[in-house]
Amino acid sequence: MTTADYERNMVLSNVDYKVVGTRPVRHDGADKVTGRAIYGADFDASGLLHGKILRSPHAHAKILSIDTSKAEALDGVKAVATASDFPNTGDKSVDLGEDTTKLKWLRDNILASDKALYTGHAIAAVAAVNPHVAEEALALIEVKYEALDPVMTTQEAMSSGASILHDGLTTQELGEDTGKVSNVASHFQHVKGDVQKGFSEADVIIEREYDTKTVHQGYIEPHNGTALWSPDGRLHVWCSTQGSFVVRDSLSDLLGIPVSRIRVTPTEIGGGFGGKIPIYVEPVAAILSKKTGAPVKIVMSRKETFEGSGPTPGSNIKIKLGAKSDGTITAAHAWMAMEAGAYPGSPVGAAAQCVFSTYELENALIDGYDVVVNKPKTAAYRAPGAPNAAFGMEQALNELAAKLGMDPIDIRLKNVAVEGTRRPDGPVFRRIGAKEVLEAMRDHPHYQTAKESGHGRGIAIGFWFNIGFDSACNIAVNKDGSINLTEGSTDIGGSRTSIAMHAAEVLGIPVEDVRPSVVDTDTIGFTAVTGGSRTTFATGWAAYEAAQDVKTQSIERAASIWDVDSDSLQMEDGVISSKTDSELKMTFKELASQMSDTGGGITGRAAVNPKGVGGSFCGNIVDVSVDDETGKVTIERFTCVQDVGKAIHPSYVEGQMQGGSVQGIGWALNEEYFMNDQGNMANSSLLDYRMPTSLDLPMIDTVIVEVANPGHPFGVRGVGEANIVPPTPAIANAVSDATGNIMTQLPLTPGAVLDSGK
Amino acid sequence: MPTKTHVTTTINGEQIDFLCEPRQSLLECLRDVIGLTGTKEGCNDGNCGACTVNMDGRIVTSCLVLGVEAEGANIETIEGVADGSNLHPLQLAFLENAALQCGICTPGFIVSSKALLEQNPNPTEHEIRFWLANNLCRCTGYDKIVRAVQDAAKRMQEA
Repeated sequence: MTTADYERNMVLSNVDYKVVGTRPVRHDGADKVTGRAIYGADFDASGLLHGKILRSPHAHAKILSIDTSKAEALDGVKAVATASDFPNTGDKSVDLGEDTTKLKWLRDNILASDKALYTGHAIAAVAAVNPHVAEEALALIEVKYEALDPVMTTQEAMSSGASILHDGLTTQELGEDTGKVSNVASHFQHVKGDVQKGFSEADVIIEREYDTKTVHQGYIEPHNGTALWSPDGRLHVWCSTQGSFVVRDSLSDLLGIPVSRIRVTPTEIGGGFGGKIPIYVEPVAAILSKKTGAPVKIVMSRKETFEGSGPTPGSNIKIKLGAKSDGTITAAHAWMAMEAGAYPGSPVGAAAQCVFSTYELENALIDGYDVVVNKPKTAAYRAPGAPNAAFGMEQALNELAAKLGMDPIDIRLKNVAVEGTRRPDGPVFRRIGAKEVLEAMRDHPHYQTAKESGHGRGIAIGFWFNIGFDSACNIAVNKDGSINLTEGSTDIGGSRTSIAMHAAEVLGIPVEDVRPSVVDTDTIGFTAVTGGSRTTFATGWAAYEAAQDVKTQSIERAASIWDVDSDSLQMEDGVISSKTDSELKMTFKELASQMSDTGGGITGRAAVNPKGVGGSFCGNIVDVSVDDETGKVTIERFTCVQDVGKAIHPSYVEGQMQGGSVQGIGWALNEEYFMNDQGNMANSSLLDYRMPTSLDLPMIDTVIVEVANPGHPFGVRGVGEANIVPPTPAIANAVSDATGNIMTQLPLTPGAVLDSGK
Repeated sequence: MPTKTHVTTTINGEQIDFLCEPRQSLLECLRDVIGLTGTKEGCNDGNCGACTVNMDGRIVTSCLVLGVEAEGANIETIEGVADGSNLHPLQLAFLENAALQCGICTPGFIVSSKALLEQNPNPTEHEIRFWLANNLCRCTGYDKIVRAVQDAAKRMQEA
């Protein structure tokens, strides 16, 4: 592995603050290194029952009958549930945090009613005195199926004569219902300029087709949830989720009870990456709790997590690029079909927002197809859809560069998107850092040093747009001048500290004087999911505003104590002072100690829905070696460069960059759902679904680029997702460089790499 | 006929007696019978390392050990790593190097790393990566974990 003789993790900073940009120890740290932090599966309650879920052995089957009588008769079994236990709440469109679906599909995905649509689809559930008895009871449930032909890829699903998943699903063609029953839920287009004209003006054209496989987020903590349905009609749920309010609102829709009767307490969460936005076991635990009057806990096994929760889709992508001999891209066409899984809603829409957004294109056409197949309903996975799209686009662009004899970074700089660029899907960029990312890559010691003999080098860049959405924050001032900060964004990677740092910066107090808590849905205003790279951006903004509220009130309080006009006072670095009278000065701490005697406590609050999201760009430089005999690819050196706007806590920003990079490495080299011809997953364990281990990897070098987002008080851009976009094409480009062969399929397993030369 | 077996064992220096069914794993006994939930379950088939504990000087994945096998054993879990209110150098190094994000794998990594440093106080980067290949982390990409173990080794040698 390469030895570092340079600064391995650089921060190209724009502006310095007192607290923002420092690296404090996280507030929940001690609990997490001593085993004290309570995650979903750790939760306990008196009289707790344990639930288990029976799952379909068929990828596609009609459910003819379910007989639970023998299971109900088993000693220790307290209740059995099936889809018939859901109240009839009809059908409507429901919000899932980052997208919407139909209530019937959401309900059927939680417990199947008429059809099993993937192996692992939940059919029935048991609550018993312990998990072993519950599991024994599952074996006693008799389900009669009529097996149907499974449909496993977009190509199969779109072919004429394919087995149909949903009799009621008709294709939406460019926004119009065709009335034609099909596995294609929708086809949409984004058009900019005239691609035909653009291709006719090109000196060089590249056209190629790419395939990627289904992969899983791979969080180490399986899904879990505990529900207690009280006799007074109130439901309390404790679970690991990326969005406690989405759980609450989905439960309300599914169970037909108002949100005011549901309280969701988010426990600590063991990873999510988008996969813990949807709900799975929570409504089932709620139904079982209603039937038994006892709290019921359900924890998925690893196999259930692979087969019964939402992965990110396999896809079929065709890219056509045309360019002038000077490297100017004249036209680009992307044709993308993505697997939605069992119900409509693949991330092809997001992929279309990203595929060409790194470049300023005069003529572009994007076709997207959302296709249902007999696999688990896909869920978000870190920049959903964008890595699939970039795998095609960023390889095609390298082919174009090679044909024109251009450096791959130069061709990107020639066409890079800048402020004012209009994306093919419509939005016009405000200040963005795509160019600065490419320049930092070009200037990096990694790119400036020749690759070792025999190695291949690849680069790629990627984009993720990020979201804003609702966040709330409350601050209570303590009499010692510390503050208690409550917020509703479940903390997956240290966000409560970065959010606390926003408040500390505003009030001029040490971040150790902020006590941040992630609280339940009864205790804080509506807060959207921890997803879309929004948490530090939007909930951080709420903390900023709540702290401003405290600051304003503190100044007003001091003004009333001193009997002066509050406009004559200021608060800087935790000290309130007069702009005109140097005698008038007191610290925030001193003011806090006098609150009771001067009018009572001070609390600040904010609820925001910020619109100033700034998209994030990320690039990789990768060196690989390829074993000629076996085809095995080894990552020899990896550099990740990302524009983050402003790194609130640079260590955790680096952590996001390194983590996203390594998930991308796994996606590029090893990971896939290996499906047999019956549509069953053949590798549903962490032994056979091979995620990267420490031994597979070098250090992941980072460069934090800070091009401030004008839409945030500290310039923050969301940082969590863009970093998974460039690894798959960067690695494919590196392998192509080493072998001389084009890589058209993921993953780049040893066999696939050997076959690429044939 | 009794359905449970009486097991006497030592956990984090204290003698513990518990009753378990023959089919219950040590992991299940630690978490659900004894109430030590710091040891985590990620896969229940020995592949993720989240349930790693030290048993008689060896690190084991406690999901692959039966509860009844704990009879007479000396077990250390994450709850026994700190010395009272003083964190172990590994725990400090994990915090100060930001070596955890979600934290679910952290107990397993700390228990594993402690065993490594007891055997090899000054491991190379490769030795750390080889040793920790038993433990999966999906958040960090391992970079900061490897650095934290290097940092802890340094702290322990200087102490």
